[in-house]
Amino acid sequence: MTAPVTGKDSFKTDLIVYLCILALSGIQVAVAYQNMEGIQMLVRMLAVAFIQAGLGVMYFMHLRDEQPNLRLALIPATIFVILMMNMIWSDSFRLLHMSPVTK
Amino acid sequence: MSEANLPIGMHPPATMEASPFAIPSKKLVMWLFIISDAVTFAAILFAYGYLKNASPNWPHPFKFSPSIVNVMLMTFILVSSSFTMLIAVRASRHGDKSGALRWTFITVAGGVLFAVLHLQEWTGLIAEGVRLFQNPWGNPMFGATFFAITGLHLTHVLGGVIALTVVAIGYKRGRYQADDLEIWSLYWHFVDLVWMFVVPMVYLLNVAR
Repeated sequence: MTAPVTGKDSFKTDLIVYLCILALSGIQVAVAYQNMEGIQMLVRMLAVAFIQAGLGVMYFMHLRDEQPNLRLALIPATIFVILMMNMIWSDSFRLLHMSPVTK
Repeated sequence: MSEANLPIGMHPPATMEASPFAIPSKKLVMWLFIISDAVTFAAILFAYGYLKNASPNWPHPFKFSPSIVNVMLMTFILVSSSFTMLIAVRASRHGDKSGALRWTFITVAGGVLFAVLHLQEWTGLIAEGVRLFQNPWGNPMFGATFFAITGLHLTHVLGGVIALTVVAIGYKRGRYQADDLEIWSLYWHFVDLVWMFVVPMVYLLNVAR
C-alpha cells in the first residue's frame, strides 16, 4: 500500500525543508564558535538539532501524512524513554568531584 | 471447518484484524525499528555526555580546518542524499522506474562518499595518535567514545548503502515494489537525522579554540 500522491507532497516543500535543514546545520557551526558557557552552547545546539529532526521526521519521513494514532504511538513513548535517561546526570556530577580516576 | 482444522497461515475472516495504523506491516516494523534505534543512539550519546561532563580534562581537538570543514561537507552530502532519496521515492510513486533507480543510486553514491570522508577523518585522528583508550590530549576515554559513536553511525550508513542497493536492484527486477523503496527511505532519513545530533555532541562541542 503506497501512500497516495497528495497536494502536500510537493517538490517545492521538500526543497524548502532540505534548505532549512542545511541552514540550521550552518547555525550549529556558528554557535560552536560563539563565546558562551558550555551548557548554553549545548542547549542551543540541541534545540537546533531537535528542530532539524522534527522537520526531517515530519516532512522527509512523511509522519505528518500518517494517521495521528501512529504519531501518538511513536513520539510520546520515545520522548519518555529519552527523558528518563536524564537520571544519569547526578552521578556524572558526583564522578566529577569525587572519583579519583578523573583527577 | 473449525478454526483448529485450518492449515497454518489461514484464518477465518472474522479473526483478521485491520492494520492498526492504516500502513503496511513492513512499514510499521521499520518505524518500530527506527524508534528502538533512536533510543540506542540516545543511550550512547547520553553515555558520552556522562563521561564528558565527569572529566575535567576532556580534549577539544577539532580544528576548523580540516575537521569541522570535513564535517560540514559530510553533513551537506548526507542531507543532500536524503533529498535525492525523496526524489527517488516520488519517481517510484509516479511509476518512473528508471528515475527512481537513478536517484536511488545517486543516494547510494552520497552514502559511499560520506563513508570515505568519515574514514579519512578517522585516519587523520589515528595519525595524530588517537586510539581507543589513549590520545595525546587528555582523558583516554575520548577515543573510545568518539570511535564508538561515529563507528555506530558509519555502520548504519554502510548498512543503508547495502540495503538501498539490494532494494533498488530488486525493484528493477520486479522483486520489490515502490513501497519497499519508500520503507527503506525511512531508514536512510533516520540515519541522516541521527547525524544532526552526532555533529554537535561529538564535534562542535569539542572544537579547538
